[in-house]
Amino acid sequence: MNRKRHWYDYLWIWAIIYFSLGFFNILFAWLGMIDFFLPLAIAVIGGNKWFCNNFCGRGQLFSLVGGKLGCSLNKPAPSWIYSKWFRYGFLAFFMIMFGNMVFQTYIVFAGAGTLKEVIKLFWSVKVPWGWTYTAGMTADWIAQFSFGFYSIMLTSFIIGLIVMIFFKPRTWCAFCPMGTMTQLICKLRNGKSH
Amino acid sequence: MLSKKIAICNKKVCVSCGTCTKVCPPEAVSVYKGCYAVVDRELCVGCGKCAGVCPVSCITVREREAVNE
Repeated sequence: MNRKRHWYDYLWIWAIIYFSLGFFNILFAWLGMIDFFLPLAIAVIGGNKWFCNNFCGRGQLFSLVGGKLGCSLNKPAPSWIYSKWFRYGFLAFFMIMFGNMVFQTYIVFAGAGTLKEVIKLFWSVKVPWGWTYTAGMTADWIAQFSFGFYSIMLTSFIIGLIVMIFFKPRTWCAFCPMGTMTQLICKLRNGKSH
Repeated sequence: MLSKKIAICNKKVCVSCGTCTKVCPPEAVSVYKGCYAVVDRELCVGCGKCAGVCPVSCITVREREAVNE
């Protein structure tokens, strides 16, 4: 049975474009804020996970690469990966690291620190990324945020790819901080019975 | 005639990612208000495609008769 295709079934292309742009000009990292605020807005206003269910380009890409293209061992993920403590724990960790990144941006904004043209993978490994930015293009803090935000996006994408390879393609969705947050919002919004 | 088997979602484990909704041939699965997936008992044919893609293994295919909701 062939189901009707929608324009949003092709948003996996957006995920590829987003990560590609970051290799040319780091300022494009700001576009990732759409993936940050849109799911939250949909959850808060609409009370559903329409974003995860239909718009998430990253999830679609994992489905495509791990599913159709067969790049996944397709094993069931260990249960701790989708346990409450790990999901909320990872969300808390992610938010703390996000807060830290925003603080680093503030330090540059306040003139107490200098712009560092590196991206940090897995919150620790520094990778020189200077070719994507020419000093003076924008205010330093705008560039600093770009490097920091792209680091978070790329790190989480790599983690998603790793779990895609070993487990079911969309295992990232089990502990995706955005997914955990939006589901929590939906549950709170729709009452305790759920 | 209804199928002998049916898919059942464990609401407590479901992360409502919606992966199951994309593979269901009769489109019997939907995500209820962003909280968990629900299977339409009338439409489900018990093929188990949803269970196959569920990243958190919260869907199981069981005998329809044995499942009383």
